[in-house]
Amino acid sequence: MVPLSYYLVLSGILFACGVTGFLIKRNIISIFMSIELMLNGVNLSFVAFAAHWHALAGQVFVFFVMVVAAAEAAVGLAIIIAVYRTRETLNVDQVNLLKL
Amino acid sequence: MISVHLILFLVFGAVAVAGAVNLLAQRHPINSALSLIAVMAALAGEYLLLGAEFVAAVQVIVYAGAVMVLFVFTIMLLNAGVEEHTKGSHVASLFGIPGVLLGSILIAWAVLRNSGTEAVAAGPWINTVSNGRPQDLPGSPETIGPLLFHEFLLPFEITSVLILIAIMGAVVLASKPPSTSSGPAKEAGN
Repeated sequence: MVPLSYYLVLSGILFACGVTGFLIKRNIISIFMSIELMLNGVNLSFVAFAAHWHALAGQVFVFFVMVVAAAEAAVGLAIIIAVYRTRETLNVDQVNLLKL
Repeated sequence: MISVHLILFLVFGAVAVAGAVNLLAQRHPINSALSLIAVMAALAGEYLLLGAEFVAAVQVIVYAGAVMVLFVFTIMLLNAGVEEHTKGSHVASLFGIPGVLLGSILIAWAVLRNSGTEAVAAGPWINTVSNGRPQDLPGSPETIGPLLFHEFLLPFEITSVLILIAIMGAVVLASKPPSTSSGPAKEAGN
């Protein structure tokens, strides 16, 4: 049997890795993948709590998180394509103007 | 005594953490994407250990399948190369990495101190399989479905609207800009 706290620590480590990637990555796609990593870390704690408290609602929340993440990925990647079309770059340091 | 559960948890957790660290270490986005797929597959294993078999399947199909294919497709479409670092990004890594390390150590310390190891997560997967009643899994589609379509019906329907809006937004954003902005001379080429 695995204690609940182990799952929470793993979830926290994954979330922290996501935050680190969000801070240190300069490629906009890598930053986006760091956000997905953070969402995955949160999902793990949802499922762990659901198993611990025998509450299946936690697993349903994970579905909604996945749906929102998928929608976010579709829209976000479309925005990235639009940005690349106008700026010709993926480096977030060079995308600092609202209007060209 | 170390149980099978704990060994599997440690193996999957090690794969997930290694993938997450590799995502940070790699400079090329395609390598980061592949390590993120490894993280998601390992997390699907963790979900199976927790008895959430339907969530594990959806994790593999939707996350590691659909979403990551979208990522890899975009990376290849935009021909993303190795990221270059500037002065500001070095400052960010200088302060970001120690800060995040400190934060994660604080979280781990607080969780382990407060809940300790006496709170045992239910690991129904191996138990039910050894009992020969695999249909009693708590996270099977038979138990998730009624919950999703009765108690969470309104969020479920709102989700469909959200997906519709996301589809339309993605099509509008990623479609080619109107040819009036590209000038009359290039219109014939487009």
